[in-house]
Amino acid sequence: MAVRVLAALSGGVDSAVAAARAVDAGHDVVGVHMALSRNRDQFRSGSRGCCSIEDAGDARRAADVLGIPYYVWDLSQRFEDTVVADFFAEYAAGRTPNPCVRCNEHIKFEALLDKGLALGFDAVCTGHYARIEDRPDGSRELHRAADLAKDQSYVLAVMGPDRLARSMFPLGDAASKTDVRAEAAARGLAVSAKPDSYDICFVADGDTRGFLRERLGAQPGDIVDAQGRVVGAHDGAYAYTVGQRKGLAIGRPAPDGKPRYVLEVQPVTNRVVVGSAAELAVGAILADDVGWLAGEVAAPSAADGSDVDGPWVTCSAQVRAHGGAVPARVRALPGAGARIRVEIDGLAGGPGLRGVAPGQSVVLYDDTRVLGQATVGATERMMATTQVRG
Amino acid sequence: MAKLGAREIGAARSSRAGSRRNQPSATARDRCASDLSALAACRRGFVDSSLVTAYLDHAATTPMRTCAIEALTGELTRTGNASSLHAAGRAARRTVEEAREQLAAALGARPSEVVLTGGGTEADNLAVKGMFWGARAQDTTRRRILVSAVEHHAVLDPAFWLAGHAGAEIVLLPVDGEGRVDLDALAVELEASADQIALISVMWANNEVGTVQPVADVVALARRHGVPVHADAVQAVGQVPIDFAASGLDAMTVSGHKVGGPHGVGALLARRGLALTPVLHGGGQERGVRSGTLDTPAARSFAVAVAAAVRERPEQAARLAVLRDDLIVRVRAAVPGAVLRGPDPAADLDAEALDRLPARLPGNAHFTFPGCEGDSLLYLLDSAGVQASTGSACQAGVPQPSHVLLAMGVDEHDARGALRFSLGHTSTAAEVDALLDVLPRVVARAGAAGLAAAELGAAAAAGGGWR
Repeated sequence: MAVRVLAALSGGVDSAVAAARAVDAGHDVVGVHMALSRNRDQFRSGSRGCCSIEDAGDARRAADVLGIPYYVWDLSQRFEDTVVADFFAEYAAGRTPNPCVRCNEHIKFEALLDKGLALGFDAVCTGHYARIEDRPDGSRELHRAADLAKDQSYVLAVMGPDRLARSMFPLGDAASKTDVRAEAAARGLAVSAKPDSYDICFVADGDTRGFLRERLGAQPGDIVDAQGRVVGAHDGAYAYTVGQRKGLAIGRPAPDGKPRYVLEVQPVTNRVVVGSAAELAVGAILADDVGWLAGEVAAPSAADGSDVDGPWVTCSAQVRAHGGAVPARVRALPGAGARIRVEIDGLAGGPGLRGVAPGQSVVLYDDTRVLGQATVGATERMMATTQVRG
Repeated sequence: MAKLGAREIGAARSSRAGSRRNQPSATARDRCASDLSALAACRRGFVDSSLVTAYLDHAATTPMRTCAIEALTGELTRTGNASSLHAAGRAARRTVEEAREQLAAALGARPSEVVLTGGGTEADNLAVKGMFWGARAQDTTRRRILVSAVEHHAVLDPAFWLAGHAGAEIVLLPVDGEGRVDLDALAVELEASADQIALISVMWANNEVGTVQPVADVVALARRHGVPVHADAVQAVGQVPIDFAASGLDAMTVSGHKVGGPHGVGALLARRGLALTPVLHGGGQERGVRSGTLDTPAARSFAVAVAAAVRERPEQAARLAVLRDDLIVRVRAAVPGAVLRGPDPAADLDAEALDRLPARLPGNAHFTFPGCEGDSLLYLLDSAGVQASTGSACQAGVPQPSHVLLAMGVDEHDARGALRFSLGHTSTAAEVDALLDVLPRVVARAGAAGLAAAELGAAAAAGGGWR
């Protein structure tokens, strides 16, 4: 019996080609476009986002060309309750959320997948660039895409093994986006030349800061340096992200004349701390909300009640969707809640990590294989080390 | 080379799409449209024998009648602009005027009162905007528009557009739990500010829950205050008796494709002397109220379909009411939790004999299925060959909870589990059987999906995830 596949169709080229490949593989495919926005005004001809009326129409036409049924499912309430609510809560708490990770976690591979399974589907198919490898023992591994430039394993690492078992990423082996576009054109898919989506889909005009201010209101406060001296003012600490350089509007130059970056956002005191680029270098990350896709990183035995950390495991760590991974090591920490400590291998002369914000996801890899991911809770700067080395 | 490949893929997919949807092709449909037994036979020949299809969405659109297809296709072979003065133009004009007379005769209007439009939505827009501007042109203080809360978006949206762009003030007339407009509320509004009201628009029958509105009472109240009334009768033609002159309405909307006619054609019946400002400007066709070259084939086909629908109405309405009542009884038996929305058709027994309008359109059944989402029900039924509607207005295919159900006091959660079954001139008992064959399984499965979603929603609200 054919596998019944629910193909999520965003209206973009990737999900359309992914669905086409699922059809070619002989699966019984049904296309579903998720209605995520409650804002009816998002009729946009540009390339932003993925939930405009135009996108729903493009998804419908892709389904027509593929000869598969097409439906629109309204997941806007869940989207609002999880992704959008988390977005505001995290910024308000001085953290930097990744809504695409939250959307994969709560919408695509939870709300959509669960609804699909309950309605009789076997799997969800998306246009993500990542590879799934089936092991002889029946388990599955999540790997980086063949095209590292398009790799999206970072935003997928949040899904658990149960969800990975029900997922399909037919574009994981695609050599490049150019190839995918050419395949779309050859299949007669009108979206073949559609621009890539970027930015956050529910921020219609791409103005995240304005969007936050609209909801959270103006909250004027101080911009200070690492020594606590006031060097500027802001309209709301939530609008700043660790590592940010632009938009600080500090009149006075730094003593050393070098550019200043956001080092820290302090929601309680409503202060934004700025400093030099060197001060952004991160030596270690403490992260929580850990989820593993692989079994190497053993949790410390809770049974003996000891306070012993888990053993170190060598890995590489990635902290943003389009940033490379750096050599690191990880171990699980004891105590309540799943927490890990990731140490960045800065002394080896590697690139290190700069500007890691609480709230971001840290994804751990063994070569191309995803080990797991966690949410950054706190960081330790590499400053001392840097100074010694300098 | 690549292009050829693309075409091949496209063609292969298209043929596959056709077989999947289990729809008879257009030519197959043509051959057997109006004759019920022929239709059933035709279906058997064109679909996977394991899957009986049921088209239970006549309120969305109806199969074209054979007579309407013949009228349309016959006319398509002829050339002539009805506004031209030569022989070809005169022939086209004659066809249009004969269609106009046929429409007028079927609907109880004078031929000069028929304004042909490009469909029901355009006619509703012409009524709301044209009557608003027409009234305002005579008396600038008339800027209020009274509409029932359950109107189709083709009436509501122009009204709200006028509020946003032309200084109109909208009064939404409330409805009762069955979707019937509150006449007391209307009377109060009229008493309070009749001289400021530009128009009243109350539909003849509701497209979602099938409620037949007390149009005669609305007209009687309005007339006392000299306020013009429009009714959208798109769903009512061919289902309940309609006589424009006897109704006392000032304007009434009808549509072609809801009665077995072609898409893209409709009419606004506008009483002579009604102040109606044009919406489309141009060549001055249709008394200068609706410019645009007349669609002669569509006009003729439309008129033929309306005439047939009206002629067949007494037998069809009785037949559909029996089918519909059977559907309701069996749905309630199969799914005890299902809630019928709209008037109880039991009230309609002998409505015809008692010479009064039924409370509900004879072809309409509408339920909410607690704990199920309408889009789940629709998908599961569709994949089983049963085509119904969630009954809500679809903005680009995005499901929104129905404003009709909300106005009736149904809460948003229950409104999401709505499903409308609408029967029409080709409906058969076999189609109702096909629905009931799959409905218990479909509701059980949709209920399980709804339960999972509800638990997840609660978990999300509590801030938990799988991690």
